[in-house]
Amino acid sequence: MIQLLGDWLPQLLQGVLWTLRLMVLSFALAAVLALPIALARLSANGMLRLLAHLYVELVRGMPSLTLLFLIYFGLPNLGITLRAIDAAVIGLGLNGAAYVSEIYRAGILAIDSGQREAAQMIGMRHRQVLRFVILPQAVRVVLAPLGNFAIALLKDTSVASLISAPEMMLQARDLTSEYFMPLQIYVAVGVMYLLMALPLASLVRFMESRLGAGLPKEKAV
Amino acid sequence: MGTHAKGLLKRFCGRKDLNWPPGMTANDLQGLANAPPLITVSNLCKSFGGQPALDNVSLTVAAGERVALIGSSGSGKTTLLRCVAHLEKPTSGEVIVAGRHVGDRIVDGRKIVMLDRQLAEIRTGIGMVFQRFNLFPHLTALENIMLGPLKVLRMKRDEIEPFALELLKKVGLAHKAGAYPEHLSGGQQQRVAIARSLAMRPKLMLFDEATSALDPELVAEVLEVMRQLAAEGMTMLIVTHEMAFAEDVADRIVVMDHGTIVDQGRPADLIANPRHPRTLALLRPKRAANLRSAS
Repeated sequence: MIQLLGDWLPQLLQGVLWTLRLMVLSFALAAVLALPIALARLSANGMLRLLAHLYVELVRGMPSLTLLFLIYFGLPNLGITLRAIDAAVIGLGLNGAAYVSEIYRAGILAIDSGQREAAQMIGMRHRQVLRFVILPQAVRVVLAPLGNFAIALLKDTSVASLISAPEMMLQARDLTSEYFMPLQIYVAVGVMYLLMALPLASLVRFMESRLGAGLPKEKAV
Repeated sequence: MGTHAKGLLKRFCGRKDLNWPPGMTANDLQGLANAPPLITVSNLCKSFGGQPALDNVSLTVAAGERVALIGSSGSGKTTLLRCVAHLEKPTSGEVIVAGRHVGDRIVDGRKIVMLDRQLAEIRTGIGMVFQRFNLFPHLTALENIMLGPLKVLRMKRDEIEPFALELLKKVGLAHKAGAYPEHLSGGQQQRVAIARSLAMRPKLMLFDEATSALDPELVAEVLEVMRQLAAEGMTMLIVTHEMAFAEDVADRIVVMDHGTIVDQGRPADLIANPRHPRTLALLRPKRAANLRSAS
């Protein structure tokens, strides 16, 4: 058994690296894309609001696998061919952006309206209010749900195996077809996911406690 | 705005130099009678979901004048103040501050929308103090005060920091420069909030029940700062329930009831000759009660 694990390990570790890469890139894409979507949903412009709302509802109402298939198998019909891993990053990123935009929106709405008013009354324009007063506070609110999203995303990267992106689940399928030991292999894979998720979870807890405990008592001037 | 008014504003608000507006005497006040008002509110109406909050209100405030708005809860005084700051959009009517129309307006049947930039520019000249302080919790007291000058006026940190520290000293909190709002008492937070407004060198200060959220023993320290500001000649529009303070500090008291102005005048005149039952009920509740039981 130990011997076998040794045989599998290089390939599984390969899978871990791809999974992490997929997770980090699609998380970054989602986190960046989500901000304009969230701001559009809170915009005074009805058209922007509608578009953003449509995007969120459309993407949330669709399994991420559908989106991945659309991008990987559908886009070539329009002359756009992507590597499986790129298609997975884009698909998971677009899908995640819908969820993260809702997290951002809730975070922004959680900030008391008095903050906005006070900022406006010192002469700040909308952009400045957002940048210097609302967003720095919303970050604290958003961190914990964002961490949870990251953990969910880590596990969701497994769907990328279905478009043959070389992440962990694909490596596992390869190994099972070679060794015919699905039980042992998938237990090993499960443990690997766990080993990635646990540090992430404790990182979230750490950040939560750092920010939840409030600010340093005083800052030297 | 005429050059005369501009001169007056400059004289009283001193936007260029670091000095405080010089104190005003009664003679100065008389001179102001000829100057165009700093605030002109005309035929202002505001309703919330069909419920009228302001009903055809007109009011002018001269530069250097201290006006107290009093009235029971729901009388529209806070709404009026918020309309001057354009934190509420009037349903109809007009607000002019320092010669500039505030908010969208209709000219020849066409709507002229006020831009974000223009509104921000007007608000730069208006300080506002809120009931709930609304300090920025992620910034220290000093950073709260410096944020506007740094980001809006684009001043350099070393330009503004001495002035910000001076303001903190002025409100008696020089030792709290590095403290975050959550470590300050309500009274201290409100004093920082006043300093934050003053850092923008406003022409006009609006106070929205600045002491209503404070524990009774903390009210005095905030009123003291406001009193000092009044003595320095700052134009102030003050919504308050502190009647003694209003009588003492205001040049004029405006009494509101059910969304309209029902009485106004110099405090002593109002108490001597109230024209509306609310006036005496608010300013001299005991005497008003005696009068009622006698009649």
